[in-house]
Amino acid sequence: MGILKWIDRRLPFISLVNHELRDYPTPKNLSYMWNFGSLAGMILIIMILSGIFLSMHYIPHVDHAFNSVEHIMRDVNAGWLIRYIHMNGATLFFVVVYVHIFRGLYYGSYKSPRELLWILGVIILLLMMATAFMGYVLPWGQMSFWGATVITNLFSAFPFGESIVHWLWGGFAIDNPTLNRFFALHYLLPFLIVGVSIVHLIALHQFGSNNPLGIERKEAGDSIPFHPYYTIKDTFGFAVFLMIYCGFIFFAPNFFGEPDNYVPANPLVTPPHIVPEWYFLPFYAILRSIPSKLLGVLAMFGSVMVLFIVPWLDRHPVRSSRFRPYHRWFFWLFVVDCFILGWVGANPPEGMFILIGRAATSYYFAHFFFFLPLLSYLEPVMPLPLSISRPVLEERPS
Amino acid sequence: MNCQFLVHLVISLIFLSPTFGEGDTLPILKHKWSFEGPSGTFKKDALQRGYQVFKEVCSTCHGLKLVSYEKLMAIELTKNAVKTLAAEHEYPDWDDEGQPTHRKGIPSDKILSPYVNDKAARSANNGALPPDLSLIIKARLRGPNYVRALLTGFCEAPAGMIIAEGMHYNPYFPGRQIAMAPPLVDGQVTFADGTKATVDQMAEDVVTFLSWAAEPEMEERKQMGVKVLFYLFILTFVLYLSKRKVWKDVTKDNH
Repeated sequence: MGILKWIDRRLPFISLVNHELRDYPTPKNLSYMWNFGSLAGMILIIMILSGIFLSMHYIPHVDHAFNSVEHIMRDVNAGWLIRYIHMNGATLFFVVVYVHIFRGLYYGSYKSPRELLWILGVIILLLMMATAFMGYVLPWGQMSFWGATVITNLFSAFPFGESIVHWLWGGFAIDNPTLNRFFALHYLLPFLIVGVSIVHLIALHQFGSNNPLGIERKEAGDSIPFHPYYTIKDTFGFAVFLMIYCGFIFFAPNFFGEPDNYVPANPLVTPPHIVPEWYFLPFYAILRSIPSKLLGVLAMFGSVMVLFIVPWLDRHPVRSSRFRPYHRWFFWLFVVDCFILGWVGANPPEGMFILIGRAATSYYFAHFFFFLPLLSYLEPVMPLPLSISRPVLEERPS
Repeated sequence: MNCQFLVHLVISLIFLSPTFGEGDTLPILKHKWSFEGPSGTFKKDALQRGYQVFKEVCSTCHGLKLVSYEKLMAIELTKNAVKTLAAEHEYPDWDDEGQPTHRKGIPSDKILSPYVNDKAARSANNGALPPDLSLIIKARLRGPNYVRALLTGFCEAPAGMIIAEGMHYNPYFPGRQIAMAPPLVDGQVTFADGTKATVDQMAEDVVTFLSWAAEPEMEERKQMGVKVLFYLFILTFVLYLSKRKVWKDVTKDNH
C-alpha cells in the first residue's frame, strides 16, 4: 500500500483509474445501445494484438504476400486462428462502430455540449476506413489488387490527378512500393486510432455519456458509479459479442469474404465484378450513382464528411428521438436508405440499380441537408421528463 | 429499439451477400458433403480416393503448390508412403560446383506443379492456363458444389451453339465454354478399396480432397469452435447472472 501511495503521489495513475473507471458517475438509465463504445475499444485491442502476430509472419512483397498469408494459414501454429480473428474482427468492428454511430444519431448524442466528442468519433471512423482499406490490400489477392486500383484511381478525378495517383502508388502502376507503404500505414494508423480514441474518451468524460432520455443528470440519484454497474454490463455485452464473433471465426470464417481474394493478384486479369468489403458498399453505391467521376468522388467523400457537421444541421433543442416522433421516422428511413445503398453497391451498376442508387443517394444527402434542418424548425418541442430518476411525466408535481 | 437494430443488421447481412459470377450458367445443385456444418469432418477414405484421382488425373495439368507432401500424412498416408511420393519427383537444385542439377523430392517439398511456369502451361494447353488447385474450393463461389457441378457437367452443346476450336461445352462454366476437356470417364482409376470409380464418385472424392487442401485446418477449427462456444456460453450465463445481481437495487427503484 505504501509503495502504491508513493507512486500515485508522483504519477497519479491509480487515482486516474479510480476517478475515470471506478467512481466515474454514469447515467443509471443507459440501455444496451451504450455497450457499443467500449465494445469497439475491445475490438481495437484484439485487432492490434492479432495484427502484430500476423505481421511477424507476413511478407509485404508482391511475390510473397499471397503465399505468406497461406503460410500463416497452413504452417504457423494457430496461424489460421489469428488470421480469421483479424479478418472477421475487421468486419465486426464496422458492425459495432456503425451501431455506435446510429445510436448517436438516434439519441442526439452529438448535440451541445458533445460536438467535439462526436467530431473525434468521425475522425476515428475515417482512420478506420483507411486502415481497413489498406489492410484488405495486404493479402494481395485479386480483390485486394483491383480494389486498390479502383480506390486509388478515384484521386485521378481531381486536378493534377494523375500525379496524385502516381504519388500514392510510388510508381506508374500498383506494385511493390504500393504494397510496402500500405503495409507501413496499415501498421501505423491503428495506433493513431488508439490516440484519437483516448482523446474521444477525455471528451466523453468531460460531460459524461448521453442517455436514452437525452436529458442531463440533475439530481444525485440520476448517476451510478461506473464500477461495478457498467463494468459488469459491458463485460456481459462483450461476452455476448464474443459468441457471435467466435461463431464466425470457427464456423463461417469466410462468410464476409470474396472468393476472388483467394486468387493471387493478377494485373492482367480483371475480375468480372469488383466489389469492396460490405462496410464500404453504401459509399461505393454513392460513388457510382453519379455520372460525373469528379462529382461522384466528391459525393462519396462528402457522404462521410457530412457527419462532421451533423451537430449544426440538426438544431432541434431535444436530443433523444424518444421525444421526437417526427425525427424518429426520418431516422429509420435514413437507416433503411443506408441498407438500400449497401444493396445497390453490391450489385452491378445496370438497369434498375442505377435508378434506385440515384434515388437513395439523393435521399442520403436530403436527410442531412434538408430534413434535419427542416425538422429543427418544424418539429414541436415535447415536454421532457424532469430527471432521469423521475422519467414518467405523470409524476410531475402539479 | 435494441431488437430493431439487431434485426435490421442481421437482415442486411443476409441480403448483402452478393450473388456474382452466375452470368448465363445453369444453377448449381447442392450436394450433401460430409464436411459441411458445424460438426462436419472429412471422410478419410474419400480423401485418399480423392488424392488418387488428383494424382492420376488432375495433376497432369494442375498444380497443388501450397500443399507439401508431408501434409498428406493428415489424410492418413504413412510416413514412408509420403517419402516415396516425394521421391518420385525431381526438384531443381545446385551441385557442389554451383552448377544446376536435380535432386529427389523430400517430404517437406511442396507438391511439384506439372509445368515450370505459366508460360509453359499455356503453351502446352492451347493458350489456356490450368489454375493451381490448392485454393480452388475457397476461390469459387459455392466452392465444393461448383467444382462438382463443373466436373460432372460436361455434355453435348445445344444445337446452334458454336463451340470454339479446342473448347468444350460445360453449362456451369462462365460463358459455357471451357478449355479443359472432360477430365473424368467411368472406370478411369482403380480404387484400392474396391469403390466403383464412376464419374460421380470420382468427382465427389476429388472435391472432398480439394476441400481439405484448401482448408486443412477445418476439422481442428470446428472442434475448437465447439469447445470455445461451450465455454463462452457458460461464461456469458454467469456474467448475465452477475449483472442482474449487481443491478438489482438500481432496476428496482426504476419501477
